[in-house]
Amino acid sequence: MLLRFLSRRVVATVVLAFGVVLASFVLTNVVPGDPAAANLGQQALEDPEVVAAWRAANGLDQPLVVQFGNYLVNLVQGDLGVSQQSRRPVLTDLGEFGPASAELALVAVVVSLVVGIGCGTWAALRRDRPVDQLFRVLSLGGVSVPLFWLALIAVYVFSFQLGWFPSAGRLDPGEAPPPKVTGMYTVDALLAGDLATFGSALEHVILPALVLAAFTVGLLTRFVRSSVLEVLGNDYVRAAHAKGLPLSLIVRRHVMRGALIPIITVVGTAFASLLAGTVLVERIFSWPGIGSYAFRSATTLDLPAIMGVSLFVAFVYILVNLVVDVLYGFIDPRIRTA
Amino acid sequence: MSLLEIDGLSIRLPGRDGGKALVEDVSLHVAAGEVVGLAGESGSGKTLTALSVLGMVPHGARTGGEVRFDGRDVLALRPRDLRELRGAQVAMVFQDPTTALHPMLDVGTQITEHLRVHRGISKRAAAARALELLEQVRIPNPAEAVRAYPHRFSGGMKQRIAIAVALACEPRLLIADEPTTALDVTVQAGVLRLLDDLRAQTGMAVLLITHDLGVMNVTSDRLYVMKAGRVVEEGRTREVLAAPGHPYTASLLDALSDPGTAPEGGPDHRSPGVAATGLGG
Repeated sequence: MLLRFLSRRVVATVVLAFGVVLASFVLTNVVPGDPAAANLGQQALEDPEVVAAWRAANGLDQPLVVQFGNYLVNLVQGDLGVSQQSRRPVLTDLGEFGPASAELALVAVVVSLVVGIGCGTWAALRRDRPVDQLFRVLSLGGVSVPLFWLALIAVYVFSFQLGWFPSAGRLDPGEAPPPKVTGMYTVDALLAGDLATFGSALEHVILPALVLAAFTVGLLTRFVRSSVLEVLGNDYVRAAHAKGLPLSLIVRRHVMRGALIPIITVVGTAFASLLAGTVLVERIFSWPGIGSYAFRSATTLDLPAIMGVSLFVAFVYILVNLVVDVLYGFIDPRIRTA
Repeated sequence: MSLLEIDGLSIRLPGRDGGKALVEDVSLHVAAGEVVGLAGESGSGKTLTALSVLGMVPHGARTGGEVRFDGRDVLALRPRDLRELRGAQVAMVFQDPTTALHPMLDVGTQITEHLRVHRGISKRAAAARALELLEQVRIPNPAEAVRAYPHRFSGGMKQRIAIAVALACEPRLLIADEPTTALDVTVQAGVLRLLDDLRAQTGMAVLLITHDLGVMNVTSDRLYVMKAGRVVEEGRTREVLAAPGHPYTASLLDALSDPGTAPEGGPDHRSPGVAATGLGG
């Protein structure tokens, strides 16, 4: 049953992936702007022969359809092209910057889940009391405050004024990264048993991750509150009270289980906004991740890199949604058999 | 002293002019092992009265009077004592098992979770008890049923499971709130018969809430009739039904036999409880 469910999802995912490639390709190429102009120096640009040669070298002289065909053929073979900026295969770049962003995003997701679900449930259980009001204001703030502003303020207050956290990078300058396994410094440091490096990596990731999580925490708190309130009104919660169960057990077992499906749906969506947020946060915290890479590629019209980032983000997004769909089945037995 | 004594119970929602009275000066008692009916149309306060026995009153409502279970006033109990009463001494079967059972918890967990809380027994002992209970409520293939989820069962089967949940801790009083109303007509009689058998086996008292006086005739010893939050008539079931003293009771009885006002009225329409046992009149 699960296998059929999964295989159906995988087929859908392949179709979706093709659509994403097509859309990114078209969008990347219709954007006004000349990659040659962005990449070549002033002198080279004045020489039509050099420009033509550069275009030919990057395959830009062929019709779009042919370019797309070539891209697809290479893509299937795992070749995303060569970045015009770094002059390295895009895949290598993604392999280097991806884990840094993954680390940032994962910490932000964990913080969002723990704080968002905790505060949302608490607010629902204390409906209209001061705690609920306080969380309402805070979560509204989290959702409405612009990310770049929050990031700048956080750096100013917690790094420059209070000195609690470093303001940039993944480790202190001169500190050697741990041996690469996953590419996430905290994880790799733990795997290597290097507690000092782990501490440093954690210290560096916390502030940007918190800033990144602000929006999703606010979103989740509000959403969890309303979906827990809805579940609290259910007959089965009244029945659980009538059984004489302690409140903690009722909340953990009966209420959370009932509220989980809508919550997970939102987490999937929230993850997307989190990915978008990494571009800003990584720029401000000089975090060498996909967001920074995307920013660089976009400003230099580095087409293969832009395509690579788009596909990477789309792939992550599809994966998250796949996980969400599978989780539905695990949580709700009615979906599992449907 | 009766097992349950409700004495001058009132439940009101606060507001202007003294608020709105949902239940007003209701007194009733249930002796150990007795089956007592509580009848009345929806909105008459039956369910609110019943829930007060579990110490469950609507949010923000004020209560008056006393609800004594085994001599203790339930409305004055501390939360902890209240929890020890609920599910263990007084258990409840709700109207619609489809919403009262948790859709995402397996049957075994739902039957035994309060058993484990109240008695602190092991997982294994609880599992054994779950099988026993499912057998007692005549669920076919209990070993498979404990691991299944509620959506696999029909309405009647779900209500049997809900009854098993209520029976788990061998309560002294079972409150059944319209236990057959949400069920298919064809299975209603079976569930009622099961409740009656279980009462005979266990000796527990039953407070049966229904709007269907035909059901009352079959199962209850004594009967209370409620209207607009008050008890308007009480007495031995047979006597009340044979010669209703209050026009409201008479109209409820009429609704039962009169095809014109009966919900799915055909000329031979009778409530399933009546039809199944041939005791209707």
